[in-house]
Amino acid sequence: MWRGHGGLLLGAMLVTIVIAAAVGAPWLAPYSPYELDVTVMLQTPSWQHWLGTDEVGRDVLSRVIYAAQISVQVALVAVSVGLIGGTLIGIVAAYFGGMVDLVLMRLMELLFSFPAILLAIILMASLGTSILNAMIAIGIIFIPGFARLARATTMDVLRQQFVEAARAIGMSDSRILFREILPNIIAPSLVEAAAAFAYAILLESALSFLGLGAQPPEPSWGNMINTGRGFMAQAPWLGIVPGAALFMCVLGFNLLGDGLRDLLDPHLREDT
Amino acid sequence: MTAPSQSQTLAIENLCIEFPGRGGPRRVVDQVSLTIRRGEIVAVIGESGSGKTLTALAVLGLLPRTAKLTNGRIHLDGCPLLDLRRDDRRRLLGNRLAYIPQDALRALNPTMLIADQVGEPYVVHRQTSWGKARQLAVDLLGAVHLKEPERRGSEYPHQFSGGMQQRAMIAMGLALEPSLLIADEPTTALDVTVQAQVIDLLREIREEHGTSIMFITHDLGLVADFCDRVYVMYAGRVVEEGHVEDVFDQPRHPYTRTLLSASLSVTAAREERWAGETR
Repeated sequence: MWRGHGGLLLGAMLVTIVIAAAVGAPWLAPYSPYELDVTVMLQTPSWQHWLGTDEVGRDVLSRVIYAAQISVQVALVAVSVGLIGGTLIGIVAAYFGGMVDLVLMRLMELLFSFPAILLAIILMASLGTSILNAMIAIGIIFIPGFARLARATTMDVLRQQFVEAARAIGMSDSRILFREILPNIIAPSLVEAAAAFAYAILLESALSFLGLGAQPPEPSWGNMINTGRGFMAQAPWLGIVPGAALFMCVLGFNLLGDGLRDLLDPHLREDT
Repeated sequence: MTAPSQSQTLAIENLCIEFPGRGGPRRVVDQVSLTIRRGEIVAVIGESGSGKTLTALAVLGLLPRTAKLTNGRIHLDGCPLLDLRRDDRRRLLGNRLAYIPQDALRALNPTMLIADQVGEPYVVHRQTSWGKARQLAVDLLGAVHLKEPERRGSEYPHQFSGGMQQRAMIAMGLALEPSLLIADEPTTALDVTVQAQVIDLLREIREEHGTSIMFITHDLGLVADFCDRVYVMYAGRVVEEGHVEDVFDQPRHPYTRTLLSASLSVTAAREERWAGETR
């Protein structure tokens, strides 16, 4: 059954590790991620500190585990903002058409025209730097993609007769949108959401690396890599460990997203 | 223009519908007038593109966005539909005016259980709870002679055969006992035996509830068998109307004659073939 689904399996494993770390952080982390101890600063990996300590003596393993919590939280909220906002905009644009469609989709194209990271920086600059604002900014970046997808699938559903039949029994527009159209377009958007998850984590790390996301002493893979950059010669593990965690996490979500898409798409399934 | 009489369920007067075209607007329904009396089954026949479905959609208020209703009046039970506000008009749909589309499978939402869909008019118009609406839907499914309505109600549309899907659509149309049922080629997608059952069901509905039926079709056999009066449409106009026997016995318009001779020639050909095979 799992033949040809190696990627999906590996992805699921990596994602499980990341989520387990995020959820179980308080129990899994051997030390507090904030506890300073200058007597053990910049120590190499040892039995006391498996992945060494940072420049102020905090345990790197504990910080990497807690950072998973922040990354998963940010990605979850950001993808939800993008999924809900984008899907709403997409189905409203497709359903009402005309000027509503024109205005909404031009607005989406405007958002699309900015490189994602640049748009995130602009949004963070105007919203202020905090983890909540990072969630909102990344969510806004995802809105146009989900809106386009939802618009296209809604257009497809609108051609179906059951929408006309729903109008013919006197259903209101909002009831048609939520009861007739939404359940018929949500599956592709959910697959897209799995793929967006990896990108959201990457964006959060990028923002934190630039000092716009999680603020110290809050641990985030992005700001840990940034700190590690300054100690590449003396303590390379400071940059390598969070970098590897980020790599593993993004790889996991990407493999999971691709695997799910293949599993759910009958055309691709036949090929494997 | 004359006011519609009380015995008329539907009165359409001088209806004109246009679509924008390159060389100016193109008129696809031209001065169509049509009446349906209480409890009457009226056929609207004509080839594809003759404007019969557009006329029906105009009554329902569901014309495509690009279509423009440029002239005419439509009264349902004496109520001028075109003067109503959008919301008031919507309240009539599924309530006093029901629509049965051609392809029942495509007209049913694939993600919803049959009982939930059939009961939906109660929720939309009577604010009935979902549980109660589902129960009423099961009763309706029984009324349209669906076997094991309780079990069938908790299935999805794709689990139904074509005839069962069409019965479910009819049940949904009947939910609030409308005064007019518009059936747009409801039997085209069905095989002949199922077709006969659906027609019997529509006939029974008329007898029991006094529902008027506007029956859009191009099956002349069905018209002869089942309808009281017939309107023949050609190129957006009504070219002939009258009692079914009169029109079929003595067609006045050349198009009606062509239409009838086409189907008669089929009958004749079939008889000839039978004769040849038995010889």
